Amino acid sequence: MADKIFRVNMTDLSTSIEDVPADWAGHGGRGLTSNIVAAEVPPTCHPLGPKNKLVFAPGLLSGTTASNSGRISAGAKSPLTGTIKESNSGGTSAQRLAKIGCKALIIEGQPQDDSWYSISLKPGEVTISKEEELIGKGNFAVVEAAEKRFNGKVGVLSIGQAGEMQMTGANISVKDPDSHVRSLGRGGLGAVMGSKKIKFIALDAEGGKVDIADVEAFKAANKVFTKALVDHPVSQALGTYGSNVLVNIINEAGGLPTKNFSSGQFEGHEQISGETMHDLIVERGGKPKHGCHAGCVIQCSQIYNDLKGKYKTSGMEYESIWAMGADCTVDNLDQIAEMDSIMDDIGIDSIETAVAFGVAMEAGVLDFGDSGEMIRIMTEEIAKGTALGRVIGNGAGSVGRTYGVTRVPVVKNQAIPAYDPRSIKGIGITYATSTQGADHTMGYTIATEILGVGGTADPLSKEGMVELSRGLQIATAAIDSTGMCLFIAFAALDDGACLPALIDMLNARFGISLTAEDVTNLGMSILKTEHAFNKAAGFTNLDDRLPEFFETEPVPPHNAVWDFTGEEIDTFWNF
Amino acid sequence: MKVQVKLFAFFREGRFIKDDKELPDGITAGQVVDDLNIKREEVGVLMLNSRHCKFETVLQEGDIYAIFPVIGGG
Repeated sequence: MADKIFRVNMTDLSTSIEDVPADWAGHGGRGLTSNIVAAEVPPTCHPLGPKNKLVFAPGLLSGTTASNSGRISAGAKSPLTGTIKESNSGGTSAQRLAKIGCKALIIEGQPQDDSWYSISLKPGEVTISKEEELIGKGNFAVVEAAEKRFNGKVGVLSIGQAGEMQMTGANISVKDPDSHVRSLGRGGLGAVMGSKKIKFIALDAEGGKVDIADVEAFKAANKVFTKALVDHPVSQALGTYGSNVLVNIINEAGGLPTKNFSSGQFEGHEQISGETMHDLIVERGGKPKHGCHAGCVIQCSQIYNDLKGKYKTSGMEYESIWAMGADCTVDNLDQIAEMDSIMDDIGIDSIETAVAFGVAMEAGVLDFGDSGEMIRIMTEEIAKGTALGRVIGNGAGSVGRTYGVTRVPVVKNQAIPAYDPRSIKGIGITYATSTQGADHTMGYTIATEILGVGGTADPLSKEGMVELSRGLQIATAAIDSTGMCLFIAFAALDDGACLPALIDMLNARFGISLTAEDVTNLGMSILKTEHAFNKAAGFTNLDDRLPEFFETEPVPPHNAVWDFTGEEIDTFWNF
Repeated sequence: MKVQVKLFAFFREGRFIKDDKELPDGITAGQVVDDLNIKREEVGVLMLNSRHCKFETVLQEGDIYAIFPVIGGG
């Protein structure tokens, strides 16, 4: 069936299913959410007001048999950063949306009263319903209830208490194949969903399917693509240790931000490492290998059991483990898993919130390493919306402003993730120039600077870093449009067969004839569209800067500082 | 001379996590890899005192030398 735009207006509770405008036809995932936000959201609007729109879009290849194509994009003006935002997640929703025939779901307006709602989609139909039972509940209860009301296969996008209370650290949870949750984590999009008074969105794809223009060509290309992914050694390590394999190598390189970014190495790194996590998982009968969506051949997720062998959490990422671990100096994986589960249920970004805790520890609100108090604050303050809970739930910048802390690791008010930009300089360019605030996934220079994938670059030197970040940010914007997991990039950077096979799949899916140059141009155009939105929202080149402390506080062990000039950073946009 | 050698991920299997080794003067990073029966093509990253190094790099007394397979994440 032809893909359509599904539109829901929460002001008058009307819905429509529209043809896809020609301008949007070639877009999917991030390219589509960013183009829709740029076209329909006034850049200066309040992110939590009626003029903002929340857009969901599956990638161009989502819902097909293409390996690793199950990523969903959510877009809006971010209440955390004030910039345009695309947040990206696995789970089952991208595949369900694509099979429903929904190219994008646009949610606009705002209810006039205090009622809460849910939305449900199925092929050719979108419905708004009043919701009472689940208000005030966490994501786990929402997923359970949605499966009872619809069916076990239903896709679910939901918010927890943090989203209901419109905290700017709130995320949107995405049900995974085992009825646990993944997260559209960054940028506070859960608060936007909360501002629209939508508790959850159910996606029932029964009877739907994705059309492929040239089935044989698609199958042939997918075979080549899948082989490139499976054969790459990074894929194999990800399946064994998860993304958390990075703790030890980033620590060794002196770039593991520790104790609220005051050091680049953490004494307890071994206890929270991917190697230790793998052994604990195996010992307790969990699963070191697990996919966040059907069709993933990398399987970087995992099922982590507690001491008694009972399920505790899944999909613990390096970023979350680093943030709760090294940044807050917690060296106990069980405590980290407990917090990971709580944050999934409350529906709050584990990067933003854990970095906020690091700043709160710096301020003396709680002691570094006090995971017991972190857990208490999450369950008794954030989930209940006390004053302290809201200060932390609104992110690292909020905590810094409230308590007068100057070492606040944020760019455009979004917490800096797990690589210190003083000792790994290329990633600092990505943090500074990303259209979305600090976000490593926008241009993952770590691959080249630290891991030696796609070439090498000295992480302590500025040379070539602007170009490295630019090239990766352009490529990433394109990959984020396909529905592909970003972890295909390791194979794409090293294996010459990978990217052409991906382009062949796009061509076979839609009956078109894209070239590699078209894909690069797509990436550039997405970045420029996002950048133009931000400029119209009031951002200038002076917002493309790292916090001052990176320039003045040398970070051990290399005692490096951030030494890019503003003029050097600004050359990023010369394309 | 004394050098601390550290192994990561599956390189640890049947070997060690960390070992203070007595090594001959002039030994290279690559020779240590060979002596550990690690295939050079499986090596992703070598770091000497927290800086990337090459198979040809000559080790010195007191060095901390880390050997990683090809890994990634993010």
